[in-house]
Amino acid sequence: MISFNNVSKFYPGGFEALKGITLAINPGELVLFSGHSGAGKSTLLKLIPAIERPTSGNVVVGQQNIGTLRRSAIPYLRRNIGMIFQGQKILYDRNVFANVMLPLQVTGFDTRTSAARVRAALDKVGLLHKEKADPITLSGGEKQRLCIARAVVHRPTILIADEPTANLDSNYARDIMAVFESFNQVGVTVLISTHDTMLLDITRHRIVELKQGKLIV
Amino acid sequence: MIRWISQHGHAFMRALGQLVSTPVTSLLSIIVFSIVLSLPAGIFILIENLREISGQATDTQQMTLVLDTAARQADIEQINTRLEALATIEGFQFISKEIALQELLQESGMAEVMRNLGENPLPDAFVINLGSMSASEIEQLQAMMQAWPNVAHVLVDTDWARKLDALLDVARLIVIMLASVFGTALIIVMFNTIRLQILTKRDEIELSKLIGATDSYICRPFLYFGAIQGLAGAALAWLLLYFAIIQLNEALTELARLCTTTFS
Repeated sequence: MISFNNVSKFYPGGFEALKGITLAINPGELVLFSGHSGAGKSTLLKLIPAIERPTSGNVVVGQQNIGTLRRSAIPYLRRNIGMIFQGQKILYDRNVFANVMLPLQVTGFDTRTSAARVRAALDKVGLLHKEKADPITLSGGEKQRLCIARAVVHRPTILIADEPTANLDSNYARDIMAVFESFNQVGVTVLISTHDTMLLDITRHRIVELKQGKLIV
Repeated sequence: MIRWISQHGHAFMRALGQLVSTPVTSLLSIIVFSIVLSLPAGIFILIENLREISGQATDTQQMTLVLDTAARQADIEQINTRLEALATIEGFQFISKEIALQELLQESGMAEVMRNLGENPLPDAFVINLGSMSASEIEQLQAMMQAWPNVAHVLVDTDWARKLDALLDVARLIVIMLASVFGTALIIVMFNTIRLQILTKRDEIELSKLIGATDSYICRPFLYFGAIQGLAGAALAWLLLYFAIIQLNEALTELARLCTTTFS
């Protein structure tokens, strides 16, 4: 359960990214956040893993209030969340396998279980045959799938994807949407921000639209 | 517990991997650390050894009471009783002018000179064992004996050793200061090396934080990185000193043989 209660976010300098957002997301839901760039989609999603903190209002993830969460508790919150970042953030000094391994290393999984989990995640996104590849050699779609594998390898309960289909052709976008749906079917809460109209047209899931930091009902 | 050990093992391996991936830089900084460490340590060892020599000398403090050449047997006996009455000294030994002459003739090639002199120019003397006495006590004793009749000189043999001791105290203080300055410099250099490391690992650190790494997980490899370099530097410094001392020992043994002084 993720809930936003009258949440606002101001940046220093007076820019208002979010204004009075009230929203509830049920466990196991798949929600798409739409809106133009600058509408506040990314900011809204960044509140959930406490990358940003609300200026006012409450954000509650599970039982935890993000606004008052201690700094030392943030890593443990994030271990329940898988994230696909807008800038991908792939490490090019190691191969595909090591990139996907990272979230397990951070949480201190033993190497044997980790390797099996990494292969399972790579298999799910169809990249198992490229586990030893250098990420620089991957295509745009493959890189995105690598990011998805990395986001789900530690089996999070919440999956957040910020513009996952940006810079991909529509066939790839469809593929990637199907991957997200398969995770959703096994009970993962999936939150996707996008301005891809094609993606919004084909989906049968809930769409939350944002405009200049406000919800459009 | 096992997870904790494996996390540390992992951090250690990452730090080691980092060192091995830039061998020249790592080696250079290890050499710098070892030089900075071995310099004050080497001087310290030298001072401590000199202190031991001076300590041996001051442990067995001696005073020589030289009589007038005109002193007769009765005068000698009078001083003998006076010395026997002194409770503060550990013991004394009378060395007559004849014994002194014999020793002199045996020791060096002075026989010819002595024969030419005709008569024995040496005075009678008492060698007094002082035990462990403070400098001021020795001075008092020296002044008292100087006032006795028929006493020409009272010589304190360990003066040089005490002066050396005081000098070594100063040198030791300078080394401690030097070591603290070097130590501070070492910490600054290490700080800078690690800061550069952090800059090159910026992407990884940022991503690790986003996927749930704790601060200690992120710091650990850098701490190991510093610790490994510091220990390697210390080991190299130890090795350098070890070989330097072996070399010096040979040279000192030769010097000691020539001077018939015993160095330990």
